[in-house]
Amino acid sequence: MNSIQKNRLKDQIFKIWGIGCTLFGLVILFFFIGDILIDGIARIDWAFITDLPSRKAEKSGIYTALMGSIWILLLTTVIALPIGIAAGIYLEEYSKKGKLSGLLEINISNLAGVPSIIYGLLGLEVFVRIMSLGASVLAGSLTLSLLILPIVIVATREAIKAVPSSIKDASYALGASKWQTIWHQILPASSGGILTGVILALSRAVGETAPLIVIGALAYVPFAPSNPMDEFSVLPIQIFNWISRPQHGFIENAAAAIIILLLITFVMNGIAVYFRNKWQKKLK
Amino acid sequence: MRRIKEQIIEKSLFSSALITIAVTIGIILVLSVEAVNFFSEVSIIDFFTDTQWTPLFTEKHFGILPLLSGTLLTSLIAISVALPIGLSISIYLSEYAPKSFRKTVKPLLELLAAVPTVVYGFFALIVVTPFLQSIYPSLSGFNSLSAGIVMGIMIIPFVSSISEDALHAVPSSLREASFGMGATKLQTAFKVIVPAASSGIIVSVILAISRAIGETMIVAIAAGQQPRLTLDPTVPVETITAYIVQVSLGDVQHGSLEYRTIFAAGITLFAFTFLLNTISYKIRKKYQEKYE
Amino acid sequence: METLIEYKMTLDKIIDPTLKKVPKIEVKDVKVWYDNFNAIKGISMDIKPNTVTAFIGPSGCGKSTFLRLFNRMNDYIDGFKLDGKIKINGDNIYKKKINIEVLRKEIGMVFQKPNPFPKSIFDNVAYGLKIQGIKDKKFIAERVEKALKQADLWNEVKDDLKKSALSLSGGQQQRLCIARTLAVEPSIILMDEPTSALDPISTAKIEQLIFELKEKYTIIIVTHNMQQASRISDYTAFFYLGELIEFDKTKKIFTNPEKQQTENYITGRFG
Repeated sequence: MNSIQKNRLKDQIFKIWGIGCTLFGLVILFFFIGDILIDGIARIDWAFITDLPSRKAEKSGIYTALMGSIWILLLTTVIALPIGIAAGIYLEEYSKKGKLSGLLEINISNLAGVPSIIYGLLGLEVFVRIMSLGASVLAGSLTLSLLILPIVIVATREAIKAVPSSIKDASYALGASKWQTIWHQILPASSGGILTGVILALSRAVGETAPLIVIGALAYVPFAPSNPMDEFSVLPIQIFNWISRPQHGFIENAAAAIIILLLITFVMNGIAVYFRNKWQKKLK
Repeated sequence: MRRIKEQIIEKSLFSSALITIAVTIGIILVLSVEAVNFFSEVSIIDFFTDTQWTPLFTEKHFGILPLLSGTLLTSLIAISVALPIGLSISIYLSEYAPKSFRKTVKPLLELLAAVPTVVYGFFALIVVTPFLQSIYPSLSGFNSLSAGIVMGIMIIPFVSSISEDALHAVPSSLREASFGMGATKLQTAFKVIVPAASSGIIVSVILAISRAIGETMIVAIAAGQQPRLTLDPTVPVETITAYIVQVSLGDVQHGSLEYRTIFAAGITLFAFTFLLNTISYKIRKKYQEKYE
Repeated sequence: METLIEYKMTLDKIIDPTLKKVPKIEVKDVKVWYDNFNAIKGISMDIKPNTVTAFIGPSGCGKSTFLRLFNRMNDYIDGFKLDGKIKINGDNIYKKKINIEVLRKEIGMVFQKPNPFPKSIFDNVAYGLKIQGIKDKKFIAERVEKALKQADLWNEVKDDLKKSALSLSGGQQQRLCIARTLAVEPSIILMDEPTSALDPISTAKIEQLIFELKEKYTIIIVTHNMQQASRISDYTAFFYLGELIEFDKTKKIFTNPEKQQTENYITGRFG
């Protein structure tokens, strides 16, 4: 075999290897979903969703955890959305190139890489202890808001950047002020991109476990939260708790709860991708 | 009137941006205040040289090394899974795969990173460990091997997606030049495109490592809660993050030394990821300039 | 010394001996489609060895597409389809069994914009040899020097061969790309508007180079610049809307073209 034939062979081998690796990732994902479906699907019924937690696996439901997750999701949206979008607008449209904007940029990039559990430690000291909110829904939402803030800011900036500058010029040329231009032209034109980023950030927040454990969210709460100062649990913590129990029934519960959690996560991701595609088509 | 309104709006937008700085300062302040309190009771030399970590026992040792070794061991296993697979995927998708395949597969792979980590923990403990035990019966129920492997699968999209972006950004004129001289796709990929995209690839790897080091739930569920200084992947270990979870689940008095250990552990973790993130940011900035 | 001879021998084995002599190119009724777009509408022509042939015509006439057929560079474009035959020394290069890598080694290409690899000057020129698996450092160094001399770049870069190729000027980069092509000793060189991104002085140098290279190589050059075509080529082909309008000796094309369309184009009445 001469060297050119050898090179062709190597090329073919790598191609097959590359396909193999790509499929490996996908196969694992599907195998994994399939395995969890087999383990848990039989456990899911209306009672599983509406029952309170219990010592007995077969009587336990996810009601309180699901409600906790929904509370957290809503409050986090309310807190993180305005701040994140406002900060994104400032950085993209107002901030001038200089030391401060450079600092803000490197800072946000760094915050995006801080492990989620560190946000838990921050929330524990600041919200739970110093502001004495306790291990409440509000403290949890504030903590997760800080966690997803960098994602929302970066998504906002990217979306604004994608708006053609001709739109901006046209608005200024008609005598609009900066804020009028942003409010009436730039934000509507970038809303699809911002929405995508926000949904992805929130889907991350729904799946977070560690920071909420650190601030003291409980695995067992007898009732669903009824106001922001109530104690709470969330689906991932409920799952974690069930995984840690030795009895097989709880493993089945965990798998069933995972199906619900994955459903929420994947639906949110799907919606995000849908908005992104729609928005990208519109921009073109 | 209009000018005043504009100024108020600008100021409030600016203060939103400043919140991010406050968060960083908050993190550093919280971690260091508690860590300073911790080090007033525990010698910093012991912290870095003692080989045992037993703050919750009666005979207390405060050596971070076992937690550090647990963290590095699981991360090392994860990256040795994610790097070859992720890089191969990125090269395949960017250099070989048809466009339509690439467009469908990339978001699907990114879904791997969207799966909540507690779910991966379940997978590691309930599926991967029993499977590995059927091959090596002496493997413990909690071990760094399956936690590391599953964490590696989780971070594959970090490596593959960011690397693929970098490979894709290499001008196609370089590909043409290489093909034009009779190079195969493989030779072109490894001799021209990968070196040209190296900074982007390095960034992807650093981000993946940083993610692995800070990952909590997979290791808390599947790697165990036994801090030990070892490189043996078959025995239970404990990572920094898993320790913080362990303490948080228990009933530890605020202000006690045990309570402060999680901040001392936390600041160590923060220092590591902060370093990695800063390096990756610097490389990214440099590489953006190169292409613009 | 022994290894050197060995490498030269393996090289000769790699290269199809029939291809080694300066080849003849025959194109028979070639049609090209990109999906439903018919880019080349049935072209036949013969290109003689050791000549410079210029392809001229307005943008979008298919001259670049046509040039890139000879080393099968269009293969990577989505929806590419070819009908007809291109024979080099009697061998159809679009038949199934052809080894594209060997073909491309025999048919070098210089592109519109200089596209050196982000490597050192030396490594750029050595690239083609290294991908063939040649490891003999002395042999590679000799070939690099020879190629750089042929490309008239040696005197300018001989002291900093380790420097990045990207530090060279545009004109130097393009001559480096030519040297990179020459280092693997092809028999045909395709040039796709090689001077369009260069200043007049660099252009003059490259034109001089093309003139010298035709002694050893068959050169096909796509150009936008009609003065350039008339200065450097022996034969000129005029393309329009995917068709070959006229193909003849350059002198004839520029002084006494057969077709009205050709005359209109070269006198600048359109295009």
